[in-house]
Amino acid sequence: MASSSSSNVTGIGAPVRRKEDHRFITGKGRYTDDINQPGQTWGSFVRSPHAHAGIKSIDKSAALAVPGVVAVLDGKDLAADEIGGLICGWMIHSKDGSEMKAGAHPALALDTVRYVGDHVAIVIAETQGAAKDGAEAVVVDYDGRPAVIDLATAQKAAPVHEVSNDNTVYDWELGLKAETEAAFEKAAHIVSIDITNNRLVPNAMEPRAAIGCFDEGTGNYTLYTTSQNPHVARLILSAFIGIAPEHKLRVVAPDVGGGFGSKIFVYAEETVCVWAAKKVGRPVKWTCDRSEAFLSDCHGRDHISHAELAVSEDGKFLGLRVKTLANLGAYLSTFSSSVPTYLYGTLLSGQYAIPAIYVEVDGIYTHTAPVDAYRGAGRPEAAYLVERLVDRAAHQLGRDPAELRKQNFVREFPYETPVIMTYDIGDFDASLDRAMEMIDYKGFDARRAEAATRGKLRGIGISTYIEACGIAPSKAVGSLGAGVGLWESAEVRVNPTGSVEVLTGSHSHGQGHETTFAQVVSDKFGIPIEDVEIVHGDTDKVQFGMGTYGSRSGAVGMSALANACDKVTVKAKRIAAHLLEVPVDEVTLTDGVFAAVSTNETLAFGEVSLAAYMAHNLPEDGMEPGLAEKAFYDPENFTFPAGCHICEVEIDPETGVTRIANFVAVDDFGTVINPMIVEGQVHGGLAQGIGQALLEEGIYDKDSGQLITGSYMDYTMPRADDLPTYQVDMTITKCPSNPLGIKGCGEAGAIGSPPAVINAVAHAIGNDDIAMPATPQRVWRSLQESA
Amino acid sequence: MTDSTLVSTTINGDSIEFACPNDETLLDALRNRVGLTGVKEGCGTGDCGACSVTLDGRLVCSCLVLGVEASGREVGTVEGLTTNGELHPLQEKFIEHAALQCGVCTPGFLVAAKALLDKNPDPSETEIRYALAGNLCRCTGYDKIVRAVQATAKDMRKAKKKKG
Repeated sequence: MASSSSSNVTGIGAPVRRKEDHRFITGKGRYTDDINQPGQTWGSFVRSPHAHAGIKSIDKSAALAVPGVVAVLDGKDLAADEIGGLICGWMIHSKDGSEMKAGAHPALALDTVRYVGDHVAIVIAETQGAAKDGAEAVVVDYDGRPAVIDLATAQKAAPVHEVSNDNTVYDWELGLKAETEAAFEKAAHIVSIDITNNRLVPNAMEPRAAIGCFDEGTGNYTLYTTSQNPHVARLILSAFIGIAPEHKLRVVAPDVGGGFGSKIFVYAEETVCVWAAKKVGRPVKWTCDRSEAFLSDCHGRDHISHAELAVSEDGKFLGLRVKTLANLGAYLSTFSSSVPTYLYGTLLSGQYAIPAIYVEVDGIYTHTAPVDAYRGAGRPEAAYLVERLVDRAAHQLGRDPAELRKQNFVREFPYETPVIMTYDIGDFDASLDRAMEMIDYKGFDARRAEAATRGKLRGIGISTYIEACGIAPSKAVGSLGAGVGLWESAEVRVNPTGSVEVLTGSHSHGQGHETTFAQVVSDKFGIPIEDVEIVHGDTDKVQFGMGTYGSRSGAVGMSALANACDKVTVKAKRIAAHLLEVPVDEVTLTDGVFAAVSTNETLAFGEVSLAAYMAHNLPEDGMEPGLAEKAFYDPENFTFPAGCHICEVEIDPETGVTRIANFVAVDDFGTVINPMIVEGQVHGGLAQGIGQALLEEGIYDKDSGQLITGSYMDYTMPRADDLPTYQVDMTITKCPSNPLGIKGCGEAGAIGSPPAVINAVAHAIGNDDIAMPATPQRVWRSLQESA
Repeated sequence: MTDSTLVSTTINGDSIEFACPNDETLLDALRNRVGLTGVKEGCGTGDCGACSVTLDGRLVCSCLVLGVEASGREVGTVEGLTTNGELHPLQEKFIEHAALQCGVCTPGFLVAAKALLDKNPDPSETEIRYALAGNLCRCTGYDKIVRAVQATAKDMRKAKKKKG
């Protein structure tokens, strides 16, 4: 790792306070809904109350008569302007080589609605209230039809889209089919599990919002939106949906209040707002209310799987076969097709050497909200399946769950799995050992006995997870069907006075990039982070970049930044050498000072940058003035964060309530830029994982297709009194494939924790079939049935 | 369009008058009429606490209060925690403990935590978790928020002792 200054208190590894926090704690954050435009109108969407219906007619007259209503626009208006539908950007092929079956997805429905909350029309008015009144006054004549809701039986139901008779988007496979069958032939033990990964609603605390603007003078559009990746949004809105040529559309994602994946995608609402702005000749603002968010934000997870593990007489894993039904909802969202395939099937080897793995995944349409990436995206589903199965194997074989895991750990790297991943580095024993030590694994029996004296059931559960982040080499993902490259960009502009602006294609929506990206610069140049400004989230300011998701900002975005900094250093050293009259290889840069080794003469960082811009005395070899460099970084491999989570629960058999008595997370994220921020990322991920395990579930009525859990009164978000104090530690092996050694930390908490919690609950109540979320009712019922 | 009422109120110690549509929530009035956008709408149904303010010292969800109800009363928002540019100890500790990430729920947490400490200067961890259970955060997992409130309470007690 090229670090210029060892004494740097704001460099890599320093737990510095977040630069962005002052504006947030004083209420001065500037989120999309805090922005207003002169002459602005408000939009409100007419949404389908039916899970499935034909649209016979739309009568706008009563809505247009509502005082303040400016316009009512529907799917026909969009089609008349040749605005294209929303797209899915990752092509998945079925076993027979055929392309996935993508049904059309107009931003406003044309003749059919396919889930409760589907977009039918927008009412634009002088005020938000008038727009909502207008939306209620639009009369849509629906022809209600039976809805396909149940994932398990959807393939036998009537089609959601004409393109797929059996509601199968694709039947995809990965791995070694014949070898896996052979492994099962010779297995001494076969351990099987049927498992459901519950549907989740992301629930970023900032609801989505958009303001579309059109400048008649220049013909330019501007879209303010709650996006994790504004350049990708602009590309899709321009090249695929056809709002405007790319250079005539500016997308701004200002402060964004959490995303967790749900703000990666290009949604109907932002598309309609930016299109409608030209239509009505005024800016159009829309802010989602929480009910709309529940209905129309892309949901996460929702798998049903059957899996079997072949195990030898002495406990070696021989083979794994998995069949998964993945609910993709009513339409294919932006990256939805990749989540249950290449982000899931590829991680089914877990931390284990399993010589033969074969997985089949059917992507399925239902009349429910689209399902796409949510914190972890495919990897939590893989970790949950593998770690529940391994725990069951230990139970079935009468082995200690920790010992059985250790017996099967991958220990030699690089390790190529049967599911196309090459693990580059790791130390799975280290994280498991440390976690067992922290939770006092040996002392569990005594704690269980003590809990029993209080009438409580105590259980302990382990999860040793691996994930793939830093997604990923563009060439590799391209060969797997990705419609984009997955590199990242950075530009480092050193100002004449020596302060620095960084333009990054990554986007911060809570991760603290304004601090951590500045720390990388501080480390490289030896200047304080106060002298560094991070610019992101505006396509007019920043060069094309891919945005933030998949824990990629550190591994990919900071790698681009590090490379750009190194280019700046190379040029700056040449200038310094010229001014100091020494050969360039004699110049060092430490703590913001260029020094000549032989003469002991020095130049401050700002003196060299000033010289670069004054250009009165540059090396006479044609050097250009200025000091700014750009880098586009394309990773060589995924990164592989891994770790061990151990959860201890105590259950009250009278009520079925599970209390987390202790939670230990030991993770290997490679190089840590800011341990305080990384710890916060772990905490947040754990809260979402524990929420999935114990509280959260998106439930649709199986007949009507109504979202039963459509508010905070019905969908149980984890609150401060539901969650424990977390014990967090790290064991570090540096990623060998990127310049800083970073693996990524954003999703690990949500990936590793659900199986740890459920394994603990299963252990406590002696029922290995307990489903997620292990709600008090479910746990209580299980205890009654076994009594 | 609904009628408006002239509302005379005190916000963060300043006397303020504004015309408020009779059906507008205090949340929308603060954001749209007064320009205090620190108060956030997370749900509009009183379940998430992002819009927390104090009304005559009592913690309320401003999405469940009408703007006109602020007439003649004292409203406290996150913007009022800072005095002459100096941060409230809670704000200091939130930064020190990294008790925030995306920042949307943070103003509500600060107002709720202040309301707790005003009443109970020495809360236990359980009391803090219960007092803040009306505020949803999707980013932090609450741990660091609880630590920040504990640390603030400790410092404020020390400071009071010194003074007293």
